[in-house]
Amino acid sequence: MKMENFPAIDLLQVRKSYRDKIALEDISLTLSNRQCLALVGHNGAGKTTLIKIILGLLRPSHGTIKVIHQDPTSRNFNQLRCSIGFLPEQVLFQKTLTGRETLAFYARLKGLPTNNLDEYFDRIDLRAAADRRVGTYSKGMRQRLGIAQALLGQPKLLVLDEPTTGLDPVARQNIYRIIDEEKKNGAAVLISSHVLTEMDDRIDRVAILSEGRMVAHGSIPFLRHHIGMRSYLKINADPGTCGNIAAMFEAELPVEHPSTEEIVLRCLPEQKQEILRRVMAMETTITDIELIDPSLEHIFNAYSSAPSSGGNHV
Amino acid sequence: MPTQALLLRVGTMYNILVLAGKEIRDGYRNKWIAVMTLVMTGFALILALLGSAPVGSTHISPMAVTVVSLSSLGIFFIPLIALLLSYDSIVGEEERGTLILLLAYPISKPAIALGKFLGQISILSFAIIVGYGCATLAIAVNGDIPLAEQAWPILLKLMFSSVLLGGVFLALGLLLSTMTRDRGTAAAGAIGLWLLFVVLFDMALLGFLSSSAVDLIRDDAVKWIMLASPSDAYRMFNLSTNAETALLSGMAGLREDQGVPAPVLITILCAWILIPLTASCVLFQRRSS
Repeated sequence: MKMENFPAIDLLQVRKSYRDKIALEDISLTLSNRQCLALVGHNGAGKTTLIKIILGLLRPSHGTIKVIHQDPTSRNFNQLRCSIGFLPEQVLFQKTLTGRETLAFYARLKGLPTNNLDEYFDRIDLRAAADRRVGTYSKGMRQRLGIAQALLGQPKLLVLDEPTTGLDPVARQNIYRIIDEEKKNGAAVLISSHVLTEMDDRIDRVAILSEGRMVAHGSIPFLRHHIGMRSYLKINADPGTCGNIAAMFEAELPVEHPSTEEIVLRCLPEQKQEILRRVMAMETTITDIELIDPSLEHIFNAYSSAPSSGGNHV
Repeated sequence: MPTQALLLRVGTMYNILVLAGKEIRDGYRNKWIAVMTLVMTGFALILALLGSAPVGSTHISPMAVTVVSLSSLGIFFIPLIALLLSYDSIVGEEERGTLILLLAYPISKPAIALGKFLGQISILSFAIIVGYGCATLAIAVNGDIPLAEQAWPILLKLMFSSVLLGGVFLALGLLLSTMTRDRGTAAAGAIGLWLLFVVLFDMALLGFLSSSAVDLIRDDAVKWIMLASPSDAYRMFNLSTNAETALLSGMAGLREDQGVPAPVLITILCAWILIPLTASCVLFQRRSS
């Protein structure tokens, strides 16, 4: 099925200020369908405020917003909410109701039938526990129920506020798998997080918020390149070889020598292939080579600690 | 587009019912309904059985005796359970994170408030009707008077006004829950409301009437001051608008102009429901999320 691309979220110079403090300043970003944008920032950076503005729960002080072609603060937006799936940062469903009853309640609010809920329970791998009370669920199961609720009715926009906080790696991977499926189904996915290391390949773009401002915005390779963070190339070999390698690269790269049999080269992303080729061309006995790219976590820390002069880069 | 407007209205009504249904199901699951109904029935049965014993051969019907005792029970008990049910309607959802989720759904804030109220008043009505119903049935079956000749109308009046009284305090609790920022404050406020309307108001009025300050106001103003409290309107409705219950409760000595007609009392109770309910919707709408 061919689907045209459309901007699910279109923000232009959005500002939100309260009496004495500015929560968001000059935020402009777009998110199209079949894309996943990650909103990254420390607690209090303004992620949840921005999400509330996108969902029409808060009115911005300034700026224009279009969510699926409509202004979220307008009265007509209520009908559009059927096409939006949302998972709040922390949600505690009524413990006394079963998973199925909870999901049925939300399905009814969206005007959906409640006889096909099994397919949602299958997707989040909760079919066996669907008729148990939510009170008996583990944290991961409750989070999955929250995701199922957001998936109801095949939303065009999926907004997940910290969907993976406090989950074990397997549960986390499952959630990313679902995000990926939704993306392929044509949804625009907005997620917020501060746990980013394990989702590098699943997000298309990252917007880094720091103290209400967007300090960086772009794809992960772009951000990686732009901040100029170096990759680590760790080589284990005999002391002689290590000395040779060190001598060869000392002039052009920062070289560290943690021990006599180990050497660490810190190279820029675009130098990686060339340096590897030169190392391999030495035809010496190398015990081990390890290449560590800066993780999203490193990039994020570098951006959010740097002065916000970086501006927006798309 | 009239059809679209109609559809929207039907959708809103449906959403209110969905919310009310969830409220009822939750009340059933967490044993609220069972506990409330049992307590109501228990107290009502005790009062009814004890109260009807000394009637003997007077002309007062046992039903009237029971209704007088039950309305005294209700005046303390119904506001309490109503406030317990409703004090955290909004603020509780907010603390659990489900409010922001609900608001992201196609449902308006007034519909959320009304849905909760509707669910809660259904729960309360069930407890009142079953509780009072069991008690009066026990009396009626034990007594000498044939069932058909029992004074059923005063029982129906009692049930009807008890539901209204419950509605008043449900609406007040709902209002409280839209005005507070955490459940603790809301709970404290609920206790305050209960004390104010059920205990302090009457005590203050009594103190005022027995002091010399009473000369400052006109004689017929007293009843209207009294009606400023919904529980007194309820009391007056059940005790003074029927000859038998009035006689039993010492209200028979009222002069004609000291009484208030039943429709006025009902109107007062309804106003006490509608005003806080409307205020809740307005305040909820303004509340920042």
